[in-house]
Amino acid sequence: MSLATYTGVLDLAAGAFLLAAVLIVWRRELRSIVHLLAWQGAALAAIPLTEGLYQRDPGPVIVGLVVLVLRAGVLPVLLLRAVGTADNERRESTPLVNTTSSLLITAALTVLAYAVTRPIIALNPTPATRAVPAAFAVILIAVFVMVSRRRALSQAVGFLVLDNGITATAFLITGGVPLIVELGASLDVLFAVFVLGLLTGHMRRAFGGTDLDQLRELRD
Amino acid sequence: MGLVLLVPILAPLVAAGLAAALGWRRLTAYVTLGAALSVLVTGILLAARVESGTRFAVDHLLRADSLSVTMLLVMGTVGTLATWASVGYIDAELRHGHTDRRGAHLYGVLLPLFLAAMALAVLANNIGVMWVAIEATTVATAFLVGHRRTRAALEATWKYVVICSVGIALAFLGTVLLYFASLHAGASSAHALDIDTLLNNAAQLDPDVTRLAAGLLLLGYGAKAGLVPFHTWLADAHSQAPAPVSALMSGVLLSVAFACLLRVKSVVDLTLGTGFLRTGLLVVGLLTLLIAASLLVVQTDFKRMLAYSSMENMGLVAIAAAAGTELAIAALLLHVLAHGIGKSLVFLASGQLQAAHDSTAISAVTAVLTRSRLVGVSFAVGLAVLIGLPPFAMFASELSISRALAGADLTWVLAATLLLMTVAFTALVRNGARMLLGTPEPNAPAIALPGTIAAALVTGMILSLALGLSAGPLAQLFQSAAIQLGASQ
Repeated sequence: MSLATYTGVLDLAAGAFLLAAVLIVWRRELRSIVHLLAWQGAALAAIPLTEGLYQRDPGPVIVGLVVLVLRAGVLPVLLLRAVGTADNERRESTPLVNTTSSLLITAALTVLAYAVTRPIIALNPTPATRAVPAAFAVILIAVFVMVSRRRALSQAVGFLVLDNGITATAFLITGGVPLIVELGASLDVLFAVFVLGLLTGHMRRAFGGTDLDQLRELRD
Repeated sequence: MGLVLLVPILAPLVAAGLAAALGWRRLTAYVTLGAALSVLVTGILLAARVESGTRFAVDHLLRADSLSVTMLLVMGTVGTLATWASVGYIDAELRHGHTDRRGAHLYGVLLPLFLAAMALAVLANNIGVMWVAIEATTVATAFLVGHRRTRAALEATWKYVVICSVGIALAFLGTVLLYFASLHAGASSAHALDIDTLLNNAAQLDPDVTRLAAGLLLLGYGAKAGLVPFHTWLADAHSQAPAPVSALMSGVLLSVAFACLLRVKSVVDLTLGTGFLRTGLLVVGLLTLLIAASLLVVQTDFKRMLAYSSMENMGLVAIAAAAGTELAIAALLLHVLAHGIGKSLVFLASGQLQAAHDSTAISAVTAVLTRSRLVGVSFAVGLAVLIGLPPFAMFASELSISRALAGADLTWVLAATLLLMTVAFTALVRNGARMLLGTPEPNAPAIALPGTIAAALVTGMILSLALGLSAGPLAQLFQSAAIQLGASQ
């Protein structure tokens, strides 16, 4: 793989990664949000795969395949099983911020991401590091999704997008953290999503829905 | 020697395995108690050996220094009290139908897993592994918080998992950035996150990237330690969790997360100087203290009151860490240990009050001292520890922290801290007096006290008193932890 192809593919993956996050902000249908999350997982996996093919190193390729199975397969399936069957459960309720403003905020966050990541690029200006602003933008957008959505499942998706963004940052700036940390972190995320999935089930039984506005018993 | 470090991690894991295989039984409950005791014993055995320097084990993956040993002692002590009390607590819950065999089984497995994760967090020599362990505590405690499966418990669990996961995800981002900086300072990729490597290379880390990383780590571990701005889970989770779990979360988990922050601080201070994290910790600590004190004043729920008292103490601990002198760090560690034991007392006692009244409203409870001598006295002693009355240890630690603040030219911080602590003090005394004193109503329910909980309460009171009268050899341990963390004179 030549340097030009490598840079091109890497930028394409980072772009698709950011686009998936923006589309998640735009869509309200829970099922399509989870599908977008799976696509984002695939774009994430493409980063270490490209890296491994370019450097002819099997290590990142294996990590990339694991990421592909986990982020584009296992986690979205776990979430899809938690989506309710009732009609009012399958769509995000009236949003706290309307779609137009949400997309404008997303654009502002992306600009902010470029500003925040300047020291990182300055330290090591490689093609991979130059794509870091996209990953940081995804992190910021994920936080925005988590605070502006009212369905339990949307918050879980927001958490996974956040985690995707952090993993992408790790791949882009360092080619991935040490294996033991990577494994532990993936396992933790898997369990956290499992816990969130179980919780939505319990909540649906106890509250008759997963609208987080109903969580108002505990307050000061 | 090295294998001793594995005991605090493996012993609870064995207990969890046994509980998973056999379900909730006397045997598994007492094996878990044994595991907690083994953490304590390991801490005591290691205490003398680490003063000369850090010990490593398992290919530099684990480390034991004075800070890890201090945290093992906190965890061992509170863990022993909490697992002991768990025996009586779960039996009573089963009897009253608040949980079933499956719930008890789950509790029996998750409690030791929680202990193992915390032990790994304080013994890890790699800040990546430390992060994994802290995140694992969230997963292990999620269903412990929601153990009663009521609406309120589920709500608390959801907030706890979501807020802590987001917070700790930010800490992971900080860890990744630190790894990046460490690689560029010449570390090998396998050891770039090792604490000893980071300490050695601290001067070569890129300051701008390290600043970004330190900010994220402060927010992230601060979330788990109950500090602003991700503190909102704390009161909900602590008030809904079973009493022994509340004791562990409040007495140990918060301080374990803070110990992680102290580790990070020891590295970052070498790169950026003490100024950056001092400012961060002061802002976060004072805001935490302010929020805790204001909510203590208006509190009507006694378990939430105890939760905000934990926040108040973590705020004070953050301020002490900001001062950063040897005196401040040593006092902070004493404070954490005394707070752990004191909080166990009040949470275990409040668990019995909740069981008797089926409510956690302060107004529902009166005259505890005359209705149940032991529960009342334990609650009173615990409160006395927490508000820093002599002869208990938090009097000494708060005095030392004040002196350290004055010595570090932080007089205005000292003034604000003392003011807020006085507000908290008044609120705790007023609410405590309302619950403990007075004449019992004729139809007031009897306060049951199972033998194991009584034993834990008596032990806790003896320990509180002993620690208050003399810190003994512990003083030297705290001092050496402060020196190893690079505290200034």
